[in-house]
Amino acid sequence: MEPLIEVAGVAAPLPQANVDTDVIMPKQFLKGITRDGLARGLFYDLRFDSAGRPREDFILNQSAYHDPAILIVGPNFGCGSSREHAVWGLKQFGVRCLLGASFASIFQDNCFRNGVLPIALSVDQVGRLQGICSDPTRNRLRVDLLHQCISAHDGVTMSFDCDALRRDDLLNGRDAIASTLQFCADIRDFERVHWASKPWLMPVRS
Amino acid sequence: MSAIDDRTRTLYDKLVDAHTVRSIDDSHVLLYVDRHIINEYTSPQAFAGLRESGRRAWRPEASFAIVDHVNPTAAHRTRAIADAEAARQVDYFESNCTEFGIELVGVLDARQGIEHVVVPELGIALPGMVIACGDSHTTTYGAVGALGFGIGTSDVEHVLATQTVVYTRLRNMRIRIEGRLPVGVTAKDVVMTIIVRIGVAGATGYAVEFTGSAIDALDLSGRMTVCNMIVEAGARGALIAPDSTVFDYLERRPRAPRGNAWRDARRAWESLHSDSEAVFEKDIILDAGEIVPLVSWGTSPDQVVAITECVPDPALESDAIRRRGMERALEYMDLKSGSPIESVRIDRAFIGSCTNGRIEDLRSAAHILKGRKVASHVRAMVVPGSSQVRAAAEEEGLDRIFSAAGFEWRQSGCSMCLAMNDDALAPGERCASSTNRNFEGRQGRGGRTHLMSPAMVAAAAVAGKLADVRSFDQD
Ligand code: SF4
Repeated sequence: MEPLIEVAGVAAPLPQANVDTDVIMPKQFLKGITRDGLARGLFYDLRFDSAGRPREDFILNQSAYHDPAILIVGPNFGCGSSREHAVWGLKQFGVRCLLGASFASIFQDNCFRNGVLPIALSVDQVGRLQGICSDPTRNRLRVDLLHQCISAHDGVTMSFDCDALRRDDLLNGRDAIASTLQFCADIRDFERVHWASKPWLMPVRS
Repeated sequence: MSAIDDRTRTLYDKLVDAHTVRSIDDSHVLLYVDRHIINEYTSPQAFAGLRESGRRAWRPEASFAIVDHVNPTAAHRTRAIADAEAARQVDYFESNCTEFGIELVGVLDARQGIEHVVVPELGIALPGMVIACGDSHTTTYGAVGALGFGIGTSDVEHVLATQTVVYTRLRNMRIRIEGRLPVGVTAKDVVMTIIVRIGVAGATGYAVEFTGSAIDALDLSGRMTVCNMIVEAGARGALIAPDSTVFDYLERRPRAPRGNAWRDARRAWESLHSDSEAVFEKDIILDAGEIVPLVSWGTSPDQVVAITECVPDPALESDAIRRRGMERALEYMDLKSGSPIESVRIDRAFIGSCTNGRIEDLRSAAHILKGRKVASHVRAMVVPGSSQVRAAAEEEGLDRIFSAAGFEWRQSGCSMCLAMNDDALAPGERCASSTNRNFEGRQGRGGRTHLMSPAMVAAAAVAGKLADVRSFDQD
């Protein structure tokens, strides 16, 4: 995975609460066997009406916001199904960072694993950034993961917290499986002790 | 992290400690996964990833693969799937399982069904296990005292390659439910009550342990309903300390230990409970006697009212984001605030899903349907949670009750819980559903879902509108 150090670009406010992964990536886009082609499915029913025409009033269909690198989202974003397709779609659409008051837990893990940075801020901070970025002439943000700082228009800045381990993985573009396999001897040792004390846990080929 | 031998650990702490391969930092551990459940729609890219990086499955015998999301559920079951994309997904799944040496339950297998129904019924989920699956409702296994949690596809690949996950420790919440559930009130109403009480993100970051006399009194099926659906409050772990209900359920299941191994295991499982001094960051108490039959009115699992209530008024909601959510939901659901929820006419009725697709759920619905007919304008379907549930129901004659009432008696699968196969609502159709998510479009684009217990779905199907199961003769 390529390292993520900074994200700069258009930030689109999407204040709706509890946007679930069914809304982010509807079921008809889940039948693939690769990660490809999911940009089209992103927010499909919000972006398009039943005849497939773009909904003019949806923010990502407005010219100032059609190419966002950042979304400023409502609370509990990404709730519901574990489908990672939601994050693949966001990334393929160009989104590399989400700012919001809270994220659903599986969704948040999926973001980190795909080089999309989910940042939890206070409700007030989210509201403030949504306010600024609602103005198409002030809708660009810079998110600096290295210094954990967000810069908005007019010199507005705010710092943010980030899980240290996940931050490190993003900054270094680390392959999580390769990192874990450094501990393969520990995993084998663990298995030996685990199954010796609880033999019924040992999987057997049937 | 809690010390191993102090007296303040919760059951959750104990399971995490017992599966910690090594600690990574203050909040993360490398967690060993005893069993990994795989389905056809969240795994393809994980297998592709393994292949691209030249990796093998670390312990293929610890994984168990089930086709459940895309298969049709028409009464006559064939291997062929008309939907070309779904067929390709199933073919790819089968070839991946063969290549990586993973046991597969395919479409025609007599054990086929929804993963979270099949895994307990085969005795694969055992007390004290850690179980991961590329599906959020993996918390279901908490009902047998196993820590189950959902993971994304990247972590499916990670588990396949390493049998571990890089795991963020959760905080502990206890939900105690004391007393007796009134007649007509089910485990579904219990968990929906909890979601309303704590909110759809109320358990985010938490593992929830359920205790109390009302939980003790639930059968395993009801406990699974509760552990399953608490996901809709954001929980990523749910547990109930295993007791004789669990042991009786598991004994002689195909994959459960036998003989001396059973006795040893059972003895060990008896100590799987939170310490008396265990510390829970959040403690919630509910009175079972106050729980009533519920239905959802909106598009979020906390937008719920008692069946005797009216559709709520957003104007009375002080929180602006919640108010906008309510207004949007009313519009999507085509409902008017202030109208009695019982007057809402339905087009469809659906009984099934990993929340309420077990034999006990079918019995409770059949109990209402016996000698009654589905309203003429309603299309009603039962999709048993597994082929074994279907067979057991046929043995009891439940299929004849459903068919006589006018329900379609179908084959098992996820079906219209998420409508990835051909079972879906048409735009604007309104459905009484025993499933777990009433999100916009969940059961089909433009479809309108009302969540409730299986008995309430049966009642609604008969009445042709949302109805109070308590007004039906209960003998
Ligand atoms: S029944 Fe529904 S919630 Fe359960 S696994 Fe299938 S799609 Fe998911």
